[in-house]
Amino acid sequence: MYEDLARRCLDGEVRAVARFVSLLEDGDRRAYNAMSAFASTMGKAQILGITGPPGSGKSTLTDKLIGYFRGQEKKVAVIAVDPSSPFSGGAILGDRLRMQGHAVDPGVYIRSLASRGQLGGLSKATAFAVRVLEAAGYDIVIIETVGVGQSEIDIVKVADTVVLVSVPGLGDDIQVIKAGIMEIGDIFVVNKADRDGADRVVREIRAMLETQAALKRGKSPSAGPDTLALRSAELLHHGQTGAAPSSQIEQIEAEELPPVMKTVAETGEGVPELGARILSRFEGDRLSGALESRRLSSIKAQLKDIAAWQLLDLFADSGGDGRLDSLAEAVHSRSMDIYGAAKKLTATLVKGEQA
Amino acid sequence: MERKIRVIVAKPGLDGHDRGAKVIARALRDAGMEVIYTGLRQTPEQIVQAALQEDADVVALSILSGAHNHLFPRVVELLKEKGAEDILVFGGGVIPEDDIPFLKSKGIAEVFGPGTPTQTTVDFIKTHLKRS
Amino acid sequence: MSDSEKLKAAVEAWSAKADKAAARYPERKKAFVTGSNAPVNRLYSPLDTENKDYLESVGLPGEYPYTRGVQTTMYRGRLWTMRQYAGFATAEESNARYKYLLAQGQTGLSVAFDLPTQIGYDSDHALAAGEVGKVGVAIDSLEDMETLFAGIPLDKVSTSMTINAPASVLLAMYIAVAEKQGVSADKLEGTIQNDILKEYIARGTYIYPPGPSMRLITDIFAYCSAKVPNWNTISISGYHIREAGATAVQEVAFTLADGIAYVEAAIKAGLSVDDFAPRLSFFFNAHNDLFEEVAKFRAARRVWAHIMKERFGAKNPKSLMLRFHTQTGGSTLTAQQPENNVVRVAVQALAAVLGGTQSLHTNSRDEALALPSEDSVRIALRTQQILAYESGVAETPDPLAGSYYVESLTDSIETGVLAYIRRIDDLGGAVKAIEKGYIQQEIQDSAYAWQMDVEKNERIVVGLNKFQVKEASPKGLLRVDPVVGERQVAKLAALKAKRDNLAVKDALAALKKAAEGEDNLMPPILSAVKAYASLGEICDVLRNVFGEYRPSVMF
Repeated sequence: MYEDLARRCLDGEVRAVARFVSLLEDGDRRAYNAMSAFASTMGKAQILGITGPPGSGKSTLTDKLIGYFRGQEKKVAVIAVDPSSPFSGGAILGDRLRMQGHAVDPGVYIRSLASRGQLGGLSKATAFAVRVLEAAGYDIVIIETVGVGQSEIDIVKVADTVVLVSVPGLGDDIQVIKAGIMEIGDIFVVNKADRDGADRVVREIRAMLETQAALKRGKSPSAGPDTLALRSAELLHHGQTGAAPSSQIEQIEAEELPPVMKTVAETGEGVPELGARILSRFEGDRLSGALESRRLSSIKAQLKDIAAWQLLDLFADSGGDGRLDSLAEAVHSRSMDIYGAAKKLTATLVKGEQA
Repeated sequence: MERKIRVIVAKPGLDGHDRGAKVIARALRDAGMEVIYTGLRQTPEQIVQAALQEDADVVALSILSGAHNHLFPRVVELLKEKGAEDILVFGGGVIPEDDIPFLKSKGIAEVFGPGTPTQTTVDFIKTHLKRS
Repeated sequence: MSDSEKLKAAVEAWSAKADKAAARYPERKKAFVTGSNAPVNRLYSPLDTENKDYLESVGLPGEYPYTRGVQTTMYRGRLWTMRQYAGFATAEESNARYKYLLAQGQTGLSVAFDLPTQIGYDSDHALAAGEVGKVGVAIDSLEDMETLFAGIPLDKVSTSMTINAPASVLLAMYIAVAEKQGVSADKLEGTIQNDILKEYIARGTYIYPPGPSMRLITDIFAYCSAKVPNWNTISISGYHIREAGATAVQEVAFTLADGIAYVEAAIKAGLSVDDFAPRLSFFFNAHNDLFEEVAKFRAARRVWAHIMKERFGAKNPKSLMLRFHTQTGGSTLTAQQPENNVVRVAVQALAAVLGGTQSLHTNSRDEALALPSEDSVRIALRTQQILAYESGVAETPDPLAGSYYVESLTDSIETGVLAYIRRIDDLGGAVKAIEKGYIQQEIQDSAYAWQMDVEKNERIVVGLNKFQVKEASPKGLLRVDPVVGERQVAKLAALKAKRDNLAVKDALAALKKAAEGEDNLMPPILSAVKAYASLGEICDVLRNVFGEYRPSVMF
């Protein structure tokens, strides 16, 4: 059944693809084993991550980008990830709503995933679902997720290109893109750019990118995010008063920095430029070899995650849960220290020792 | 991992009264299901594509405008065309009792009128799923 | 001891006694709440209102802040307008229904349009399939509008049209029909709903995004203040907000917040507040909690008067008056034992009249099952007539004023409303709050809480979760013949064949140009309508220029 399903995915059959993704979500190991059928198609698609705060218009922007890519004769799949309810485990997934214009286009596949217990992160199945969609012949796979918590960090592990969406008027603009996540963006977008304050957000992002680049050059290797934010604010201050930028900044060549682009997703303004930039970025990375090294490090990161999940599975399978109870008892009654108890537990896995 | 029940909640037709659809969506979420909410003004074609792409187990339709006899059967028909008869389809809204036999003969599994407790709908889904 | 001290002592003694009694014979419920979950005390007394300056906070009927009503003698002068919302299938059938209602003593017309018309689609649009003529009359062109009002002199009736996104087009058609009857626009009386914000919030028949939608609305304000001075250019509606599950406080708060947004938009468009504010009207719901509903209407008038005077500096007393239409609550009707709905509607209608409504629609008992039949509509209208002529409640203005309970509820609703308005101001106003999904979310939370209360039997709905009976399915429900759609499509095709298509093309091109610029859109829409351009053609031109609204969903 699984091999047959995998074959139908390779034929691009929508129902098979949908089913296969569900099996991955449900953690069906036979489905994971059947993934070997997709070895030959791995790496064929461009994986695009789109993330940003709630209310930044990601879904509408994604909708418009689908339109652009369709115009370029590309088949497009979208995975939209929303959080599961921590209370019931259920979810309401509403991103599809804004992409319904493409619902009946056979060259577009849209799938909503609930994060299923990955607190604030992507669903575990996301990275694998991507491989299935790629196998089904989609040229571009977009992963759209709200930028809170872990998900924007997760997205770099999966995506070839990451678009960070921001928007004017979400309160303290400098907070919109936190210093720590600047690094994951390949392309920055200020959406709803017809609103007041759009240019200010653009300036702020540029300032942060420039500061970050300066820090990366080793001027201040020990600088943490706090310093970064401080420097950005300083830089911004300079920008606003028209004073000359500091010599440190002057040395940075603008070309190195990720572009900051403006869009108005509702009307489609700026979308063709963004779409073209996304495609050219991918081509550029491919030619320069950056894509390969990025994918390699993605594989490394994923491999670690998977190994950890497998260990947990193994742990459960080998009666680890029972063993956990007795060791916890021992720690609680102070007959064993917690570090030693943990060592004993891991030994169970490594040696395959039974409890 | 457990298998989650996935439900499309859709409003076919043009009426904009989505209080019932939204209450049902929340209740199903709170019962542990994954609800894909497709919003207003959905054509039967859009609803069916969503059901296929989302690997839905259930399609829940809500309508208050009186266009149910036209739109509900169309959804079932299209699902059949795509070989997806195993998706459970039911409806709710302002639907005269006299229309229910007709809708059931067209493959609508159940019709829930105004005042139906959400728990009834939750139980109905759990006991009538066509897919394991 | 002063009088007040005596009273305080007496109330304290009473409370002690009541506590003791409650300890022995427990009260029916742990907590008593209104229909909107506001707490209800065991006792209300003069102590609850003693800190209020009567003239300042309550005042006299027809005087600021209009808590007691907007007319000096209220219904002693003229009864409220009894206006039943109606419109079925085709223009011919609706025309016959209007003539029937006028003959039955109804005093104003209220036109319900079908959904394709409300969303600016012609009857031959793909999305219109199955919807044509279902919830109201299908209007595709001026020709249909001419049929709709044939034999009804438009200078003799006032007409209310429930139309929002394409309001300009339908108003233009009405003006054009009147012109053909020889009635000039300045003689026309009536209302268009024209309230797009509540469409985004609760009702769902939007077309364009908020920006251009607000422009269409302010264009109507400007045009009517010059050319159709007796027309109510907007009916700012809480009705649908309440139907979507809002509480009484939310209904008033979100409606007035929308009102503020329209006033601000009009001022920004260069109008002076006293030029358009007297033509603003409101539309509220009436639910079952009699006293809370009465208090709601009183609080709404007071808050609005303050807003217009203090926030917008309006000078004309008419600008400060909140005039409103009421419809009884459709969502309170049950499909179970539908005859009981007659009683619910009577209580709700009573609340509207005690609350000083200017016009009233009473729902028909079978509305939870289907569109109302003629018999049901008559009973609904008779309910109003019994209130007006037999109950005595219309004989003096605001008869519940001075009730400690009602005055206290009025104050607490006002407080709740002001808190919401502040919150919405903080979010940047109603349009921003809607775009962020804030208002929708608040309403959904209330709707869900209500549903759960009913399911847990914490709220009793007679016939639904208590006092149920086994019942046969009702007979004789109104049905719309499915061939209506085909007939309407054929009529439209025939029109397109016989009209001057070159003139239509020119008129639509002129409209497009105006939409891309900043001119008032009413004149080019009127020209297009007179050339027999269809509703769908006109709205498509604007769709192409303005784009279409897509909602944000949040749960």
